[in-house]
Amino acid sequence: MPHDHHDHSHDELSPSGHPYRQDNDEPLTYWQTMEIAMRELLIEKEITTAAEITARIEEMDRRSPADGAAVIARAWVDPEYKAHLLADGSAACKAMGFEPGVLRLIAVENTADVHNVVVCTLCSCYPRNLLGLPPDWYKTRAYRSRVVKEPRKVLAEFGLDLPDGMTVRVHDSTADMRYVVLPARPEGTEGMSEAELAQLITRDSMIGTGVPKTPT
Amino acid sequence: MGGQDAGQVPREGHDFALWEKRVDALMVLCSSKGYFTVDGLRRVLEDMGEESFETMTYYERWISSINQNMVEAGAYSLEELGTKMAEITARGETYGEASGG
Repeated sequence: MPHDHHDHSHDELSPSGHPYRQDNDEPLTYWQTMEIAMRELLIEKEITTAAEITARIEEMDRRSPADGAAVIARAWVDPEYKAHLLADGSAACKAMGFEPGVLRLIAVENTADVHNVVVCTLCSCYPRNLLGLPPDWYKTRAYRSRVVKEPRKVLAEFGLDLPDGMTVRVHDSTADMRYVVLPARPEGTEGMSEAELAQLITRDSMIGTGVPKTPT
Repeated sequence: MGGQDAGQVPREGHDFALWEKRVDALMVLCSSKGYFTVDGLRRVLEDMGEESFETMTYYERWISSINQNMVEAGAYSLEELGTKMAEITARGETYGEASGG
């Protein structure tokens, strides 16, 4: 199959100084043609419908790290819910109205001694039903190759310097199991509401390449 | 590829283009309808070899793998795909024109 179909270098900048981004008005690529062809064939053969595809895209667009942040904030304020989340991540998400899908979701807890970070070395498995689609860096060869071998160095590049005494656990996702990090609740947040706490919880803090924001 | 050497993790991101979201939706729909599984997706991705990570974008690899799985599952034939792709290429020069919006 042709691999040399790229129509322009990604290094070029647009007249306004921004990198070009693939969009609907750029020259059609081989793989885009394949996507259109497959979609039309599947619709013609009544395997799916245009409406079903659109609904699926809207469903995915609705998911975001805010869903995960709501789950984590609840675990911070409600010890019973936290125990539920750690025992059965999928069921705990469902209890808050977030459909976990068929895959098993496992929450791993950061403590004073242990920091967890999540990767998928084989492809890009990610708790997408709870956090939305993964960021581009999560899917890169560099992240997937290195985070299992030199996690401290990779985390330092993300701006996270961990003390030497802290254990780092790297969790490699599989096709059937997804991990989400339950970050430690920051100090100085005792009087904050669940909604305020949720604002502190970033996407990266739930992947483990960051920690929650501290209250300002 | 876990454990291999590699350079710094690139941090720039991009918004997903419509065609990429459609590939994602097709994966979810075809697998939920039982045509193939995530393991099937990964099998073909791994068969592509490491070179594909340098030469193809993420959703380009996905559409290629989904297509392979759907052909294997008998959803359509390679001939039907080829005919359809030729028809689409003739519609216009951009994704918007060729996909009818």
